[in-house]
Amino acid sequence: MALPAEMTQPKIMKPTRDVGIVGYGAYVPRYRLPAAEVARVWKEGTGGTPIKEKAVPGKDEDTATMAVEAARNAVKRSKISASELRAVWVGSESHPYAVKPTSTIVAEAIGAVPSTMGADWQFACKAGTEAFQASMGFVGSGMADYAMAIGMDTAQGKPGDALEYTAGAGGAAFLVGPAENSLAVIEGSYSFVTDTPDFWRRANKPYPEHGQRFTGEPAYFRHVMGATESLMEALGTQPSDYAHVVFHQPNAKFPMRVGKMLGFAPTQIETGLLVPTIGNTYAGAALIGLSAILDVAKPGDLILMTSFGSGAGSDSFQFRVTDNIETRQKLAPTTQQYIKRRTEIDYSTYTRLRGKLVMK
Amino acid sequence: MQVSRHWRLQQQRYALVGQVCADCEEKIFPPRGVCPNCAKETSTAFEFSGRGKVYSFSTVYTAPAGFEGSAPYTIGLVQLEEGPLVTAQLTDIDNDHVEIGLDVEMVTRKLLQDGDRGVLVYGYKFRPVVPVWETELEDELYALA
Amino acid sequence: MTNVYITGIGQTPVGEHWRTSLRELAWQAIEPALVEANLHYPDALYVGNMLSGAISGQEHTGALIADYCGFRGVEATTIKAGQASGGVALRQAYLALKSGEIKTAVVVGVEKMTDRAGGELVSAVASGLDADYEAAQGLTLASAAGLLLQRYMFENGLELRDMAGFSVNAHANARNNPNAMFRNQLKAEKFPAAAMVASPVNMFDTAPDADGAAALVLVAADTPPETENGFKPIQITGSAVSTDSVALHDRKEFLTFEAVRRSTEKAMEQANVKHADIDLFELHDSFTVFAALALESAGFAEMGKGWQLAANGDLGIDGAVPICTLGGAKARGNPCGATGIYQALEAVQQLRHTAGGSQVEGAATALIQCVGGTGASVATHVLQA
Repeated sequence: MALPAEMTQPKIMKPTRDVGIVGYGAYVPRYRLPAAEVARVWKEGTGGTPIKEKAVPGKDEDTATMAVEAARNAVKRSKISASELRAVWVGSESHPYAVKPTSTIVAEAIGAVPSTMGADWQFACKAGTEAFQASMGFVGSGMADYAMAIGMDTAQGKPGDALEYTAGAGGAAFLVGPAENSLAVIEGSYSFVTDTPDFWRRANKPYPEHGQRFTGEPAYFRHVMGATESLMEALGTQPSDYAHVVFHQPNAKFPMRVGKMLGFAPTQIETGLLVPTIGNTYAGAALIGLSAILDVAKPGDLILMTSFGSGAGSDSFQFRVTDNIETRQKLAPTTQQYIKRRTEIDYSTYTRLRGKLVMK
Repeated sequence: MQVSRHWRLQQQRYALVGQVCADCEEKIFPPRGVCPNCAKETSTAFEFSGRGKVYSFSTVYTAPAGFEGSAPYTIGLVQLEEGPLVTAQLTDIDNDHVEIGLDVEMVTRKLLQDGDRGVLVYGYKFRPVVPVWETELEDELYALA
Repeated sequence: MTNVYITGIGQTPVGEHWRTSLRELAWQAIEPALVEANLHYPDALYVGNMLSGAISGQEHTGALIADYCGFRGVEATTIKAGQASGGVALRQAYLALKSGEIKTAVVVGVEKMTDRAGGELVSAVASGLDADYEAAQGLTLASAAGLLLQRYMFENGLELRDMAGFSVNAHANARNNPNAMFRNQLKAEKFPAAAMVASPVNMFDTAPDADGAAALVLVAADTPPETENGFKPIQITGSAVSTDSVALHDRKEFLTFEAVRRSTEKAMEQANVKHADIDLFELHDSFTVFAALALESAGFAEMGKGWQLAANGDLGIDGAVPICTLGGAKARGNPCGATGIYQALEAVQQLRHTAGGSQVEGAATALIQCVGGTGASVATHVLQA
């Protein structure tokens, strides 16, 4: 039986009320572990490294504290009061509690309580972009004027595992509101999801497991391509229309390769490609790339973002930058300012900061 | 385990909410029953900016229970730009880089955890100021806003 | 007019009493004091203690110690005022005796420190700070002293070695005190190199936590009572307690011990003595900066110049202002809440002229002062022969 036409055509997400990004803010912790340190300890320095270095949180940091700082930066750029937020949503795979929301900590700390929703989102590395889409719907339907979506992680990498080179820390917060007050209008979004177990962490386990090369073609590439192509097809855009594009970045190779497969030039990808210097920030990865792009974007720029979350799915978004961007950029520290705030550590300090030493 | 003890201090710990004396306008942190300046009993809530300078500091090598994993860590007395001193850990700084007069800003960090199973307690610490673009630009923009 | 006299003293050595409990320590100090005073059953018992709850799991130590010492039935209570507990307990006994309600009292300062170690002990001592706004940030008593010392050095252009004289003096004086914990000499040049506790406070800057108990028998009388022990009763001629903010960040003048200033003025005025009349000053040298600030706030040095007295050797037995004459907290040892009673007992020894090699010649008037926390509770007394 043939499917009805509207079910074969991708229908993009576009709310009835135009919405946009009103404020945004990044956070990257101060410490950097060079990938060469992981190679030194586990491979006697052989075998090359997937990135230069990754960001490591301090002893007193976790997803909640990092989300608070990014959220404060987003509120500063929005010029609204946090009490106008009707949702504070945090996407992460490293929520500090198994049960108890991170979002209420963030909402309380930024002054958004009590007249707000608070929820934690979980979909591996795309938990933050799902919260972003929900914010679009929440504001776009008129149920709220402002909502906050945050993607933030202190990613776990098993000692000696391939992921230990890249499992970084950081993320970004986005304050979604009416398009007329925005620094970038959200022109549409699309989600592409299947049950593909390429990477997971079972309950009560400290480290994730992954399907090695299975994480590539059937997982990352299929979903990123599927979401991005569908969005572009629905919006009628060409790769050359975009000033910047950012893909989920588990390493430096995947986003460059998928960009090439989709027809993007490296120059379109470079600004948002942060994985070489901060590592894979998981739920924060695509969003902090977008934040780095917005830091330098110009009015009229068209931006494409596609996340990827294992398990698996991708969310794709198109943004058009407005004239508000130039004043808002300067109201909080930029993503690169956080990246430049850098203190290199060795593997032994890393194990201490990340609580990998057995103390009792 | 202690829950309510920390919960009731969240306003102060998350947002540096103190008081301003309704009578003499003294800025007060932490909040108290009677103004330390004029002894009047009425005050209203006041949220401090979180900016200040290191007034004094000490690096703790012999740490109390629950803080051993963080030692050596530096505690500062921070003079807030509104006047009061606050006792708080300094973070995101090497202990040997702390000095009196250092410009610092408030951040929210993990203060302690109540054992292996209890709540995580978050609150203010201070760190060297992360600049917001160039200062002149920032000043101009705030002047316009 | 009713006067208050000290007619008996007793103490345990200060140190690690692994085999001795809180109540046993108290009795070991009380028994010789009773013998000296020829008393069996006082009208009231006052216990000065800071940490029995946190360290021994034992509160309600007034009744506990009264019962253990054979005082069952007497009025007994425990005074808690941080490290000033001993001095404040002495003040409470003094007030009761002055009032005429009681005629005799035993005051014991007792602290059992060694039943906790490491971080647990540091936390217990930090309970005398502001729990919500200081200790919750990881502040310890030593780091609170570090905040004071750092600022003191900054404002006065000092280096750590400039403070060495306080600890050198304390160790020198403790040589003649058989009950002192550290009777070894301390060399000034070794002082700055000691291991850090809470910078700039190092091991040689801070007093060692230790067990100990000291006891006094007090008697109310219009004239000096007859004694059978051959010692003249020592009169408490000045007594005052003052308080300041518990938290350092709430101080009006950061480098002033305001409660020291007030209580010293009051006690000296009451005793009708001037600074020149004071033959020795048993101050509370838990940290060198405490000693410097006490000298300044009590009026023995100009503000910012207290350290010079130590550097110039003016604080020795033969100096202008002898302090810590039997070792002070630094070398006698620091049994927190018992300190005030050790000070009183050592002052009595000086005024009886039984302080041996540490005797201040012709001592007739002593000022004693214990400081709780970072100066939040201060008890100051004037004792005269």
